Amino acid sequence: MKDTPLCNCERDFLLKAIEEKKRLDGRQTYDYRKIKITFGTDYGCCFVDLGKTRVMAQVSCELVAPKDNRPNEGIMFFNVELSPMASPAFEQGRQSELSVKLNRQLERCLRNSKCIDTESLCVVSGEKVWQIRVDVHMLNHDGNLMDAVSIAAITALCHFRRPDVGIQGDEVTVYSPEERDPIPLSIYHMPISVSFSFFQEGTYLLVDPCEREERVMDGLLMIAMNKHREICSIQSSGGIMLLKEQVMRCSKIASVKVSEITELINKALENDKKARKAGGRCGFAESMPQERITALKKDKTAVEMTDVSERANEIVQKAEALPQTVPSPVVPVPGVGQVGQGPQNTWGLDEEEDEEDSDEEQEEQVTKMEEEHSENKEESRGGEVVEISDSEEEEVVILHPEKPDRTPKNTGSTSHQKVAASSKKRTKK
Amino acid sequence: MFSTLKEKVGEVLLPGDEFSFDTDDTISLTEHVKPEKVVCGPGLRRSGDRLVVCKSGVLRHKQPNLFWIESQQRRYVPAKGETIIGIVTIKSGDVFKVDFGGSEQASLSYLAFEGATKRNRPNVQVGDLVFAQFAIANKDMEPELVCIDSSGRANGMGVFGGGGLLFKVSLGLVRRLLTPHSEIRSDLDQLFPCELVVGMNGRVWVKSSSIQQSLIITNLLQSSDTMTASQRQQLFQRVKQGPL
Repeated sequence: MKDTPLCNCERDFLLKAIEEKKRLDGRQTYDYRKIKITFGTDYGCCFVDLGKTRVMAQVSCELVAPKDNRPNEGIMFFNVELSPMASPAFEQGRQSELSVKLNRQLERCLRNSKCIDTESLCVVSGEKVWQIRVDVHMLNHDGNLMDAVSIAAITALCHFRRPDVGIQGDEVTVYSPEERDPIPLSIYHMPISVSFSFFQEGTYLLVDPCEREERVMDGLLMIAMNKHREICSIQSSGGIMLLKEQVMRCSKIASVKVSEITELINKALENDKKARKAGGRCGFAESMPQERITALKKDKTAVEMTDVSERANEIVQKAEALPQTVPSPVVPVPGVGQVGQGPQNTWGLDEEEDEEDSDEEQEEQVTKMEEEHSENKEESRGGEVVEISDSEEEEVVILHPEKPDRTPKNTGSTSHQKVAASSKKRTKK
Repeated sequence: MFSTLKEKVGEVLLPGDEFSFDTDDTISLTEHVKPEKVVCGPGLRRSGDRLVVCKSGVLRHKQPNLFWIESQQRRYVPAKGETIIGIVTIKSGDVFKVDFGGSEQASLSYLAFEGATKRNRPNVQVGDLVFAQFAIANKDMEPELVCIDSSGRANGMGVFGGGGLLFKVSLGLVRRLLTPHSEIRSDLDQLFPCELVVGMNGRVWVKSSSIQQSLIITNLLQSSDTMTASQRQQLFQRVKQGPL
């Protein structure tokens, strides 16, 4: 799928806003978006959020034969994956120009800067070395992928632990984490890439461009630097002419940003280490804040009503019949009333008629029980038999008690009700 | 059927929830029974003798018998008669291709503008914004847009947007903005004057007297998507008092 095109008015607006030193998300020109670093459950898994840009890096290792020209050096392998999940413009399984560019830049940033001691990855010279593979996946694209990729990759490498190996004669044994503690990689320094975008032929400069700013920019300058202010790689794309002062200024900004980001990475690594040591819960699932949708909040709580009618029947069957005779009120002395010892309360039963048939009474009780269970249902319905189906598997029958003035019709309709109720039960089964 | 639907109004339903069509077991002989008719809006689908929910959201009802599911989504699916904001991507022969954020691009004939004839072509450039409505929006066909209503008038549609900013919000927020007495709109009215074009496809174009104000409105609208009314009013109040 093609990406949404950028309309003319958007382009004009963005350029005008940049001229006025304003950015879409209210940042200043040299501000980074919020960076969040989280770790997965495994060693070597790292998620980096840069504003809305989201990147995941996973480091893995494997014992392989070394390259012929470097028999005692481990192998570093980098792979940047642009999935359609990040942006509809990315296609699955095809090396796009952007992914090649990101891959090259990451290799230059991490491998060519020799930040990782590859010689320590050698197990048996000329025969077995560790291959460290770094897979970086884009999860969401909102501009400045390169910075997020470089932060994710170096953090994941710092976090990674490779299994310990032992050599007895010719035999190489790889110990599981239970047998021997895994060993971290030896990392000399942490190169971090900082991107600068240029507008209007280099007149305006922005740090950490977002996706829409990237679309209207004229040129991009990526500087990879470590906290010792050593430039590891520098690349300019877009074909704009930059002045010497401008590059110098960019490198100064980069050194400030890199020291900030390095501090953040170290803090994140330390927090994770503490959490793992304490045996507390760590990992990706724990880092996700519980998000709640407030807009759809419901006041009423749902009541489980799957077997209401069965339960009601059970209760009815267990319950004993009401006493037929009403005890006569006991009045000790004429003129003295007593509270709570009067005749039986008939408030709830006022519609009850004196019935001979015990079956009919039972029927009446069914009515009451079911009325209680479905209080929230509307009471007044036109018909005599009202059926309300709540869902497919459960159907509640409400049989409305008769008014006393309709007694002549009563016998006929109750039998009718019974038929309806029993037919309902049959359909249920 | 009607009553069961009515009971669920305002409740959260999920795809797969069903309503059955079968009538009551007993029919009153004395009373006249009207056949129940229900008009299903988005999110409800008829399947045989059942009514199936196919979107997650809150069931809404409008007198006399309209039911629909109010859902939150970002992907736009074209529907006939809806007005949208599109971006012209290709000018080829006698049709423009317009991107509206759907799965496919829509076509817009150059004759479908007010006062356009074979001689008198409208002035549309690639990258321009158009406010148009769907004349054809079928499932498996290329949708077609027009910039005139049935009487041939522009009625607010056509090419627009010199300056101003286009941004995307969720479809739910757009619908909330377009309701007749929208709270968000009246809150926004009190802030500062601005021009707002709202397309049903989730695109909103805003133009205000200064870039700063346009940016503020953009950010306010984007953040008010997930806010309650009181939170939003508080935020708007703060913006109003704050130094701008």
